[in-house]
Amino acid sequence: MNTRTQSPPREASQSRRTFLRKAGGGLSFVVVFGPAGLAARRTDSPGTLDAPMGADAPDSPAAEHPFGAWVRIATDGQVLIYNPAAEMGQGSMTALPVILAEEMDADWEKVRIEHSPVEPAVYGRSWGGRGRGGSMMTAGSMAVRGYYTNLRLAGARIRRVLLDNVAREWGVPAGELATEPGVVVHAASGRRISYGEVAAFAEVPDELPGVSEAELKSPEDFRLIGHSVARRDVPAKTDGSAVYALDVQVPGMLYGVIARAPVHEAKPASFNEDEVRGRPGVAGTVRLDYGVGVIAETVEEAFAARGAMEIEWGGGARAEGFDSVAALAAYARIADGDGDSQGRPVSESGDVAGAMGEAATRYEADYFNDYVYHAQMEPLGAVASVNAAGDGAEVWAGTQAPDMARAAVARELGVPVEQVTFHPCYLGGGLGRRTMADYIVEAVQLSRSVRRPVKLIWTREDDLQYGAFRPMSLQRLTGGVDAAGGLTAWTHTVVGDGRGLLASGVSIPYYDIPNQRIEMRGDSHGVRTKHWRAVGHGPNKFAIEAFIDDIARGEGIDPVELRRKLLRGIPRAVAVLDEVAEMADWDGEPPAGRARGVAFVERSGTLAAGVAEISLDEESGSIRVHRFWCAADGGIVVQPRNARAQIEGGIVNGLSTALFERLTVRDGRVEQSNFHDYSILRMSDMPDIEVRFLPSDEPPMGLGEPGVPVAAGAVANAFAALTGRPLRHMPFTPERVLEALNG
Amino acid sequence: MPTTFTLNGKPVTSDAPGNAMVLWVLRERFGLTGTRFGCGVGECGACTVHLDGDPVQCCRLRLSRVGGREITTIEGLSPDRSHALQQAWIEEEVPQCGYCQSGQLMQAASLLAANPSPTRDEIVDHMDGILCRCGTYGRIIRAIERASAVNAAPAGRTR
Repeated sequence: MNTRTQSPPREASQSRRTFLRKAGGGLSFVVVFGPAGLAARRTDSPGTLDAPMGADAPDSPAAEHPFGAWVRIATDGQVLIYNPAAEMGQGSMTALPVILAEEMDADWEKVRIEHSPVEPAVYGRSWGGRGRGGSMMTAGSMAVRGYYTNLRLAGARIRRVLLDNVAREWGVPAGELATEPGVVVHAASGRRISYGEVAAFAEVPDELPGVSEAELKSPEDFRLIGHSVARRDVPAKTDGSAVYALDVQVPGMLYGVIARAPVHEAKPASFNEDEVRGRPGVAGTVRLDYGVGVIAETVEEAFAARGAMEIEWGGGARAEGFDSVAALAAYARIADGDGDSQGRPVSESGDVAGAMGEAATRYEADYFNDYVYHAQMEPLGAVASVNAAGDGAEVWAGTQAPDMARAAVARELGVPVEQVTFHPCYLGGGLGRRTMADYIVEAVQLSRSVRRPVKLIWTREDDLQYGAFRPMSLQRLTGGVDAAGGLTAWTHTVVGDGRGLLASGVSIPYYDIPNQRIEMRGDSHGVRTKHWRAVGHGPNKFAIEAFIDDIARGEGIDPVELRRKLLRGIPRAVAVLDEVAEMADWDGEPPAGRARGVAFVERSGTLAAGVAEISLDEESGSIRVHRFWCAADGGIVVQPRNARAQIEGGIVNGLSTALFERLTVRDGRVEQSNFHDYSILRMSDMPDIEVRFLPSDEPPMGLGEPGVPVAAGAVANAFAALTGRPLRHMPFTPERVLEALNG
Repeated sequence: MPTTFTLNGKPVTSDAPGNAMVLWVLRERFGLTGTRFGCGVGECGACTVHLDGDPVQCCRLRLSRVGGREITTIEGLSPDRSHALQQAWIEEEVPQCGYCQSGQLMQAASLLAANPSPTRDEIVDHMDGILCRCGTYGRIIRAIERASAVNAAPAGRTR
C-alpha cells in the first residue's frame, strides 16, 4: 500500500480502480475489488467474513485442501469453515462454525470463516423437514437449531477422515488415535501430527464416511459449544471496516434512487422524463411497476434528479383511500361475525360452547396493535452490475435469503442462476425485511438499463414508507372459569390482514385449558405486510398474557401462581417461570411507586418468562420500564454471551413496540416518514436487563426472537398491577395510558 | 470551487459541490464508508463524526461549511482499534448488526475527551441521540464505563 504524503490527496475519481481506505490511520490507496477482479475470483468463495471484504483478506501461502463441502484445511493448519447464514447481528456467523469446529476438534485460533457459496442444495437447511428442500434463509431463529445436527455430523465426518488418514500413514488402528484441538495423537507411541500436516497427504473420499449421532461428543466434553467464543464480526464493527452493501464500491459505478408510489403498488402513469433525463449527471431513468428510478453519476445528482421528478400516479391501487385507524376500529365488527363470518379455525379442542355455558365466571376483552415498521438501521440498498449482453450480473447485497435473491435476479434477467454471481454482505439489521428481494431486483433493473454498475440507495423515507409492515390486528379473547376456579374455556379470534403473519403464536398448547377455539378472520387492505422479528408472537402473546392477568385479577389469584397451574405437566416451563420469579424477587415488595408484571411465552421452541418492573408518570402518561428479568430454556446454548445479547435485543424490540412504535396509513399513504415521527426505543428508555438460561442438554432452540413477545405482556401486566387498569392497545402511548387511567 | 479541509489528520481537497452533504462526500468520494447513512435528517446519529473535535451528524452538514476545518471519522479514531473505547467495545462484545456503532463510538469518544469519568446519567444524556435497533444500549453504557475506568487507571496499573 502506498501512503500518499505529498500533495493533499484529492478524492478518488469514480473511474479509477482504486478508492481511499483507512490504513494506519492515514489515507492510502488500495485496489478495490471490481467486476474484473471478482470475475477472476472463484464464485464459490464470495468473500471472507472476518476481515473487511476485499481489503485485507488473508492470502494463505499454504495449499488448501477441501474436506467435503464445508471445510478446507491448509497445510499450515489454517481451517476455513463456510458459514451458510446471513450475519445481521445475531452472531450465527460465529455460532455455526463453532458447532462444526467442536466436533471436528479444530483449533479455533486457526479457524477462518467465509460465507458459503449460495448453493441451497448443499448449504441449505430443510424447512421443517417436510421435503421443502434446502433453504438458506436466515429467519425465524432457525440458524443454530436448523443447522446444529448437520454441522456436528459434518465436523465429526471430517475428524474421521483425518483419523483414517493418520491410521493409514502410521499403520495403526484408527481406534487407537484421538484428537486434541488441531492435532491427531497416538497415545501408545506418543506421536502427534497437526491437521495441516495431515492435509498435505490426506486422501479425502468424495463421500465422507458416515457418522451416527450416537458417535458425537457428549455435551460435557464440549470445549467450544457453551463457552462464549468471541464473535468474529465484532472487531470490524468497531473501526468502520465491516462492509455492508451500501459500502460497496466498484469501478464505473453509478448511483440510483427510486421515487416509489405514495400508495403501495400504485403505478406511474407518466412523468417528466425528458426534463429528468436532461439534468446534470443523469445517465438514465427507468419506469418500474410501482415507481420511477433515476441513475446518475453522483449521489447528489441522483437525489437532485429524483427531487425534480413530477410523476402522475395511476389509480386503482388496492390501498387507495385506506385509513388504518378506521379499519382497525372496524375489525370489531368482523370479530362480531360480519364479513368473513366463518373465520378460519387455527385449532380447536374440547367443547368450548359447553364449557363456556357451564362457566361460573366469563371474561372477555379486545386487544389491538398498530402497524409496526422494521426500522433496521441500514436502509435498504444493493449494488448490481449487469453485463453488457444483459445475460448475467454480479450483485452485492445484505440479505436474509441469498438463494432466493439470486433466483429472483436470475428470473428478472431470464437467465439461469449460474449467471448471477452473488456477494453476501453484512446486514445492517434484518428483522425480517431482508427476506424480501425487492431492493435487490430493483438494483438489477437500474443497472440493466445502463449496463453499468449501480448502487441503489433507499433513503430512510423510502425504507419506511415503502416498507412491509407487521400487520395491525384485533385480538378478541374470551375465557370461562368454572366453579372450582379452573380456567376451562378459551377462545381467541384474530382479525387482520396478513394471514400467516397473524397466526404465529396464537396457539397456547402449553396452557392446560381443556376447551379451546382459536380462529383467524381476514381482511385485505393492499398495504404491504411482512414477517417482523417473532412475527405474530409479538401481538398475540401480548393479548394472551394480558388476558391471563385479567383473569388472575378477576379470580384473585397471583399471576405467577395462575400460570404455574396452567403449565402443570410441563416441568421445563414451570422451571422457567420459577426462575424468573426468583430473579425478580416476585414475592417481595417492589420499590415504592413501582409494580411488576409477568409473561410467559413459547417461541422458536424456546420457553421464556419475563418480568417487567415499571413506574408511571401520571401527569404525562409515560411509562418507564426500570428493570426486566428474563429466564429462558432454549436447550443447549451454543454461544451464551451472544445468546444473552440476542434475548436483550429481543426484549428491547419488544419494549419498543410496546411503548413507542406506531405506523398509520391515511388516504392510502403512510403518515410517518423518518425517526422524528416514528420513534424507536432510545438509550434513556433502556431498562436494566438480566437474562438467565436454564441448564439443558436438549438440542438448541431459537434465541433470536423469544425476547420480543415476552416484553409487552409483562409491561401491560405491571401497569395493571400498578393502577388496576388494563392496557389493551399497543403501543402504550401516553395518550392511551391517560385514557386507560381516566376511562 | 474545491473545498480543502483536514480529514483524519491529513489535508484533503474535494471537488464536490459546496451544498453536497459531508456524509456522502466521505463515503462515496473518499471511500471512508465507516461513517454510515441512517436517516439523512440528523435523527439517528449513525453518521456522527467529529468536526474540530465536536460530534456532528454529517448527513446534514454541507461541504461548504467544513473548509479549513478538521474532520475525524471512525477510521481516524485510532490506527489499529487501540482507542480505549474500541477495546472496551470488543471486550463487552457490544455490536450486533454493527451498523450504528461507528456513530456510537464517535459520540462516546467526544464524551470521554471532555469528561474522562462520566456518571451513568451523563453517559445516557450524551449518547441518547444515537439510535441502535439491536438493543445494544446496555452494553454501550458498560463499555463506556469500562473505557473510562481504563482512562482513570494510574499509569503502569491497567485495571
